[in-house]
Amino acid sequence: MDSPSLTIDATRAAVQEQRTTATALAEDFYQRIDKQDPLIGAYLTLSKERALARAAEIDALAAKGEELPPLGGVPVAIKDVMATRGVRTTAGSKILGNYVPPYDCTAVARMEAAGAVVLGKLNCDEFAMGSSNENSAWRPVRNPRDLGRVPGGSSGGSAAAVAANMAVATLGSDTGGSIRQPASFCGVVGLMPTYGRVSRYGLIAFASSLDRIGPLTKTVNDAALVLRTIAGRDPMDSTSADAPVPDYVAELEKPARAVKLGVPKEYFAEGLDAEVRKAAEAAIQKLAKSGCEIVPISLPHTKYAIPTYYIVATAEASSNLARFDGVRYGFRAGDARSLSEMYRRSRDQGFGAEVKRRIMLGTYALSAGYYDAYYLKAQKVRALLAQDFAWAFKQVDAIVTPTSPTAAFKLGEKVDDPLAMYLADIFTVTANLAGICGVSIPCGETKEKLPIGLQILGKHFDEATILRVGHAFEQS
Amino acid sequence: MKIDEKDVTYVADLAHVELTGEERVRFLRDLNSILDYVDRLNELDTSNVRPMAVMANLTGDATLRDDIREGLRKSLPHEVALANAPDSDGTFFRVPKVIER
Repeated sequence: MDSPSLTIDATRAAVQEQRTTATALAEDFYQRIDKQDPLIGAYLTLSKERALARAAEIDALAAKGEELPPLGGVPVAIKDVMATRGVRTTAGSKILGNYVPPYDCTAVARMEAAGAVVLGKLNCDEFAMGSSNENSAWRPVRNPRDLGRVPGGSSGGSAAAVAANMAVATLGSDTGGSIRQPASFCGVVGLMPTYGRVSRYGLIAFASSLDRIGPLTKTVNDAALVLRTIAGRDPMDSTSADAPVPDYVAELEKPARAVKLGVPKEYFAEGLDAEVRKAAEAAIQKLAKSGCEIVPISLPHTKYAIPTYYIVATAEASSNLARFDGVRYGFRAGDARSLSEMYRRSRDQGFGAEVKRRIMLGTYALSAGYYDAYYLKAQKVRALLAQDFAWAFKQVDAIVTPTSPTAAFKLGEKVDDPLAMYLADIFTVTANLAGICGVSIPCGETKEKLPIGLQILGKHFDEATILRVGHAFEQS
Repeated sequence: MKIDEKDVTYVADLAHVELTGEERVRFLRDLNSILDYVDRLNELDTSNVRPMAVMANLTGDATLRDDIREGLRKSLPHEVALANAPDSDGTFFRVPKVIER
C-alpha cells in the first residue's frame, strides 16, 4: 500500500477494511520519519508509546468489525505549542525544555477521541513567534520542496510534516499567519478557523485575542474533517463559542457557483512578487470560470495592519509570557542569589532573542506614558481594520488574495532584519486582527518549483463557504 | 530615535529580563526601527474610534455560567502539580531567599 499519498478518508478506509492496521501504518510513518526527518527537522518529540497504544485500540475495533470513528487509525502530529499529557511540550523554547504537561489540549484530546494516532510533536518558532521557523530554540525546519529554503512559520514543522508525508494531517496554531503562510510555502492546505471556533484550552498562549488552532492537510476535504472534529464549545475555554458546528464535510458538496468573491486591490499592490501575482490572478480566473462572481473591493486600512499587529501581539505576549519565572515549571538558572535575580536570569537564559525582543516591545507599548500612544492607538486601528472586513462582507461572501507576497525564501535571508521578517505576514495578520477565518490552498508553483498559496478569507463562523470555494478550486 | 539606552534598561527591568550588553545594543536598534514603522498609525485620525478591546462579541453568552463550587474538575494531585518544578521540597515550590535576615 502506498501510504504517502493517503488522505484521511483513504487511511481510515484501509484500516476499517483491514487492508492494513493502524499499528502497521504508525510504524511505517515512524520509519519514514527516521529516514527523512534528519534532513527536514519537523519533529521535536516522538510519542511512540502513546501512538501504538491508540493504534492497538483502533485495530481491536476494526478486527471486531465495528465502525471506526472519523479519524480512526489516521497518523497525525501536533505543533509543540499544544499540551500533551505525558509527552514533552516545549513550545520550541529552552525555557520549557523539560516540560511534561499533566493534561491534554482540548483539540488534541478531540483528535484522539475521533480515532487519530498522535505520532509526536512538531517543531515551530519559539512560542510561535516567527515566520520562518528559524526561531526554534532546537533547530530550524527545512522546506521539503527545497532544503535550502524555510518552510514558513511559525507552524513550519506542521506544514513540512504533511508535505513530506511524515503525517497525514497535523495541527498548527495561527496568531498572524502561522498556519496559512507555512501551508503556502510547503504546498499544503492550512485552515485558520474563526476566533472562538476551536477551544484554545491547552494551547500555550502567545496573543490571546489572536491565537487560533487549526489543521494542515493535503486536501480541503481533510481540513473540513479535522475542523469538524476539533470545533465547538469547550467549558475549559470561556472564549470558545457556542455557535453550532455544521457538518463541514457535507457542506463541501454544495455548489460554489454564484459565490461572490471579493478581490482587494490593496493585496495586489507594490511588494507582491510577479510570479505569485500571476498564479493568484490565474486562480481567480479559474474560480470565475467555475461560476463564482468576482467583485473588486477595497480594504483601505490594510497598510496599517502590520504595525497594529506588532503592537497588539507583543503587548499580549509580554503579559502571557510573564508566567515563565522558573518557579512552578520550566527552566531555572542555577546561579541566582535572590528571587528577582532568579527571575531575570531564568528568563534571560531561557528565552531566545526574538521572544525577548517581542517581550521588550510589548512591555514598552503597555508601560506608563506610552499605553495611549501605542497600545490604545493600535486597538483603535484594529477596529478600523475589522470594519474594513465588515463592510466588504456586505458585498461579498468571501475574499481571495495571495497568502504571502513571495514563495518560500532562503534560510538566513531575513534573520538579521526583524522588520523584513514581520512583513512576510502582510496578507495574513489582518484576518487575525478581525477575528475572521481563512484558508490557504496550493494554487501553482514558481519557475523554481516553489509552491504558491491562494488565501480565501471568510466571515465569522463561515468556514463552510471558504472550504467550499477551496474545494471547488481544488477539484477544477 | 524614540528610545535610548536608559529606556531599554527600564523596560528590561519591568519585563524581568536580564539582557547582555550585546543584546542591549541590538534591541535599541531593533526597537527604534520597529517603533518608527509603527509611527505610520499616527496618519490616521482615531479620535472618534472605539478601541477593539475584546473578542467576546464573537463568542456569545456562553462565556457566562453558574458558579461551580468544586471547580470544573478536581485540582491536580500534589505530586503531579510539583512534578515539573525546578525545585521543591515535596510540599512547596522552593525559591531563593526573598528576605535577608
